[in-house]
Amino acid sequence: MAGDKEALFSQKNRKLLTDPLNDDNPITVQVLGICSALAITVQLKTAIVMSLAVMFVLVFGNLIVSLLRNLIPNRIRIIVQLLIVASLVILVDQVLKAYAYDVSKQLSVFVGLIITNCIIMGRFEAFALGNGPWKAILDGIGNTLGYGIILIIVAFFRELLGSGKLMGYEILGHKGKTIAESTGLYHFGYENNGFMLLSPMALITVGVLIWLQRSKNRKLIED
Amino acid sequence: MDRNSNLYTFIFAIIMVVVVAAGLAFTATTLKPLQAENVKKEKMQNILSSIGVNVDRNEAGDLFKDYVKEEIALNSDGTVNTDVDAFSIDLMKETKKPATEQAFPLYVAEKDGKTYYVVPLWGAGLWKEIWGYLALDDDKNTIIGASFDHAGETPGLGAEINQSWYEDQYIGKTIMDENQKFVSVTAIKGGADPNDQHAIDAISGGTITSEGVNKMLEERLNNYLPYFKNN
Repeated sequence: MAGDKEALFSQKNRKLLTDPLNDDNPITVQVLGICSALAITVQLKTAIVMSLAVMFVLVFGNLIVSLLRNLIPNRIRIIVQLLIVASLVILVDQVLKAYAYDVSKQLSVFVGLIITNCIIMGRFEAFALGNGPWKAILDGIGNTLGYGIILIIVAFFRELLGSGKLMGYEILGHKGKTIAESTGLYHFGYENNGFMLLSPMALITVGVLIWLQRSKNRKLIED
Repeated sequence: MDRNSNLYTFIFAIIMVVVVAAGLAFTATTLKPLQAENVKKEKMQNILSSIGVNVDRNEAGDLFKDYVKEEIALNSDGTVNTDVDAFSIDLMKETKKPATEQAFPLYVAEKDGKTYYVVPLWGAGLWKEIWGYLALDDDKNTIIGASFDHAGETPGLGAEINQSWYEDQYIGKTIMDENQKFVSVTAIKGGADPNDQHAIDAISGGTITSEGVNKMLEERLNNYLPYFKNN
């Protein structure tokens, strides 16, 4: 495929970017990467940082695997893929620790989660090993966008309903020690739903998203 | 060469591992000084924030020199240990030694003409270690600031110890009772009496972390009492 005279953004290539957003979404359709979707969607900010980190690792990982695809011995390909993910993640972490210390502090918990994210290994195995570098990059971007969108939607509802904030800003008003001291919705006796902060509610939110998507998208309806 | 032969597999694996290892080792070594600098500045930033000076990490290095007049290491009997550089003491390693062999770092800071004593803290939370800095007024009794942090307490529960609503409760509390006996400041489950000079509200749902903070304060402060008494 490497020799194809195909336009950079041909219809087929565009589909690589758009398919994972809906019809072939890694979380809601393939149900991959659920572990990190549950763990880090308590706040919108961490969800965004995680999506960016996964995007970096998946795009570069896909590219490397795709470049090496004719060299990697079949029998040890999984270990080679793992080595590529792990070293990319460590590399990123080291660079951030030196140049963007605050981001690296936020990311610290997720480093392990990136390595074990099934989407990454899934795309290496299913796509990058059989396709050229440009397609692999597009596939990486597309899949992380699909992953990131779900993460951000889930985090939006969890942060809003669980702590009454978005990106750390108190948008439902400030909760004081008494009702009289509180402002906004809290002034009328509104309470945050602490259950939204726990992992089970992330699973339920993802479940609701899957249900919504399946009821809207005809392609996903099974007989 | 046959991609499925054993020889090819071995050679590929060896080359791959060597390349990756060399790359990572190179990055780690070249970036080490920059990373150490960040950790150092963050420590300075935390010490400054405990005496109420909130600065950007990049300015922390310069301002630290302006505010912190003395960095001393103490022996357990309260005498000054001049062999040890106080700033470089790693409490994680130090607290593993028996109390009599430990060196206790203490920072003497000056702000607006007043002297403050900053005591570094180190202890155990629910999941992982917790640490912080407690700043005392020049009476070596009244707390004027506290900053805590943690390696992995539960978000929304124990992790709240690094939030200002929790830290600010310590301000104005005293660590000695009227008879100059050491009582520390305790976080109390279910809420503290606002008039109690030695108690604050614990975190709901974060009881074990709150107790970890209590234990850390009591254990660590106890070691500084001989020095505070003599100076």
